[in-house]
Formats: sequence, structure tokens, C-alpha cells
Amino acid sequence: MSHVSYEQSKKNVVKGLILLAVVTLIEVVISLFGKGHIIKGVHGNVIVLATCGLFIAGLSLYKAYFIVYEFMHMKHEVKGLAMSVILPMLLLVWAIIAFFQEGNAWKNRREDVQKRNAQPITPAQEGSLLSPDTYQLDWKG
Amino acid sequence: MATTDTALEHHVHEHDHEGDAWSGAQSPFKASYGKLMMWYFLLSDAFTFAGFLITYGALRFSSPTWPVPDFVFATDPFGISAFFGSAPLIFVTFMSFLLIISSVTMVRAVQEGHRENKNGVLIWMILTIFGGLGFLGCQAWEWTNLISGENMSLTRNTFGTHTADGYYLDHEGKKSAETFREGESYLIHRHAAGGHGESHEAGHGAAHEYKKGEQAGYMLDDQSFIHRKYVYADGPLKGQTQTEQFGPRAFGALFFFITGFHGFHVFSGVVFLVIIALNVASGVYAARKNGYEMVEKIGLYWHFVDLVWVFVFLVFYLL
Repeated sequence: MSHVSYEQSKKNVVKGLILLAVVTLIEVVISLFGKGHIIKGVHGNVIVLATCGLFIAGLSLYKAYFIVYEFMHMKHEVKGLAMSVILPMLLLVWAIIAFFQEGNAWKNRREDVQKRNAQPITPAQEGSLLSPDTYQLDWKG
Repeated sequence: MATTDTALEHHVHEHDHEGDAWSGAQSPFKASYGKLMMWYFLLSDAFTFAGFLITYGALRFSSPTWPVPDFVFATDPFGISAFFGSAPLIFVTFMSFLLIISSVTMVRAVQEGHRENKNGVLIWMILTIFGGLGFLGCQAWEWTNLISGENMSLTRNTFGTHTADGYYLDHEGKKSAETFREGESYLIHRHAAGGHGESHEAGHGAAHEYKKGEQAGYMLDDQSFIHRKYVYADGPLKGQTQTEQFGPRAFGALFFFITGFHGFHVFSGVVFLVIIALNVASGVYAARKNGYEMVEKIGLYWHFVDLVWVFVFLVFYLL
């Protein structure tokens, strides 16, 4: 701000508007492509969906960077101030990995419980060391 | 910016010797207290939003199926998508543009503030306020449509998802021509005189007389929701008749809490903008001669609201 003229900074604002609008449109198009709205054949393909998801997330991060550095003038702030705001955000990398992993584990555990509940319950076999009133899950998984 | 920066630097250099460090004369971040605290408030707010969005991700990962966003958010006012044939996500894309534009007008307001141009600040701030109000209006329409048209609530999710390819049964329980594919979502409609909501399946259920309870082709529950019956063509449940179930319960609560929390930020942002615009008009900030720093501070908050929407948009609508 302090280094560019008023006219130049007005132009930069229009450029920023166009950039954000175009990136948003690209995101929407990629998202619809991944869901099979543009080319019918790609419907339900996990690899396509994951690739599109990564692309869109990357573009969103770019938009976030642009808003913080250009619109919020972070690039004109002292480096210590910028780092004191941005570095704590790195904790979220851990949070995302940990909680998505956790969510996946809940799903697996729930499926496991359902599978085990569907198994027939049989009394302990004769000759086994367990007492005859013990019931066992017939489970070999 | 230019004037404040140099003034501050002079200030810092004048006192730049050991003895004054303890009396708070140094300003290592070269930013005013208010601006610095706004940054740290936004940092803490970012963690709150991140907590919400990561919760959404964790619950989505923990659920075997999840409603498809471009099916859930395919509606819009004035029949826009009917005009294009089918245009999912068009309404929410428009909402995103509104926020981006209001963010840009805010940048212009801050620029005019640095030039001490009172009328410029005022005009661009008023445009920003209109952008914020427009966004809130769109969100109100979206919520109304979901709640009263599609019967979503905090604990009820009327959007379910199929886990395999298959076909629907007609009212008599015979195979109908209507098929679906794995991963496609359906909306469970409510059967009520006049209160149908928008029908995603054209030509379905308009003239039929529905009966309560378990029927050959559908199940009408106590709350008059029509759960249609279908048969999977493959997968572990192949050939068995299934009844449509409500989707994962958490979806409704997550949607209303997270977009509501963001909408509340927009709302309070609009209130702050109005207050500060009134102060600008009355000349309070012109008298301070600090380049309208208050406008800059509310600008930081407003850009942050836009920034959060980038991720709400990503998580709820695009992925």
C-alpha cells in the first residue's frame, strides 16, 4: 500500500476481484465434473473424486492466502506479526489428520459390531475347557 | 498507511535504547494495539470454525453414506435452474460472489480511508453493507427452503443415499421404470395436503391416495413421510426389497450450526459496519487523523468472514 500509487492500488483491487471470481468458478466446475454432471462417464469414480477434492482444497487455500495477504494487507505487516498469526494454524494439520482418522475408525468399529451381532451364538463345545453354560460367538475374523 | 507507518517508525527509533524497553516504548510488530488484537481475535475465531468444519469431516468419514451436496443444494429461487435445464450449486455460487464483491468494496473503503476521503469511505462502506445484507437474504431463502420445503431439521435429515444400483417399486409394489445408481441421493417427501415442497422426482405421487403404514410400494410413517421401496440390483442386499431411510442425522445439525454460526458472523459484521459508517459520517474518525484505522479494523473482520466462507463453501458444497 505504501509503495504503490493510488491509481495502481485501485487497479489491483479489480484484478483481485476477477482472480477470486475466476478461481471460485473453476472450483465449481471441477466439483461438478467430479460428481459426473459434465461428463456422464466419471460418475462415482473414487479416484476422480479424490483428485478433484484435492484440487478444490488447494484452490481454496490459495484463495485464503490471497485474501489474507492482499486484502488484509498481511504482506505489509512485520514478519513476526504474520508468523504469530499463521504458525499456530499449522496445528490444524494435525487436527485434520487425527480427526479424519478417528472418524474412519468409528465407521470400521460400527461395521465390525454389526457383523459380530449377526453371527450365531453357540454353546461351548463339549470337551472344551469352558463350562457348558458359556456361550461363544462363532467368530473367526 | 503511509503517514501512520512513518509516524510509528519515528516513534520507535526515538526510543530505541535499552532503558525504555521495559516501559513499553518498543513496538516490535509495528501495529497498533487494536489492530494486533483484531488479528488475534480472528486467529481464535479461525480455530472455532476449524473445529466445526473438522467435526463435519470426522462425522462424514464415520458415516457409511452421506447426502450428495449437488443434490441437496440444487434448489434456487425464481426457477433459475429450470431455465438452465439443471444447474446445481448455482445459487450458492452466487452467494459466494456476493461475499467476494462485498470484500472488494471493503478494500476500497479502507483505501479511501488512507487518503482521508470521508465520502469515499462512506460510499464503499454502504455498498459493503448491501453486499452483507444480500448474502443474509440468500441464506434466509436457503434455510426456509430446507426447513419448510424439504423438512430438514436439527435432528432429521430427509436426504438419504443409495449404496448400490437398483430400481424403485411403484405404488402397487411392482418394478417401475425409475432406476438409480450407487451414490445417488434421494429426498423423502412429506405427504400433506398442499404442503408437498419441491419434488425432485417429476411426476411422482401427485394423484396417488397414500395409506398409513407399511404398503406394497411405500411406507407412510407417523409423521406422514413417504418412504418409497426399492430393490438393489447388486451388492450384498441384491434382490431384497428395501425401504428408504432418513440420511445420517448429524447432517442437519452440522449444516444449521455451521452455516448459522457463519451467518451470525455476517450479521454482526453488518451491525458493526453500520455503527462505524455512522461514525464516519459524523466525522469522528476524520478528527482522529489516523487514516481511518477503525475502518481498517472492521475491514479485517469483514475479510475474515469472507475467508471463512471460502472453507464453508468448500466443505459443505464442493466436496
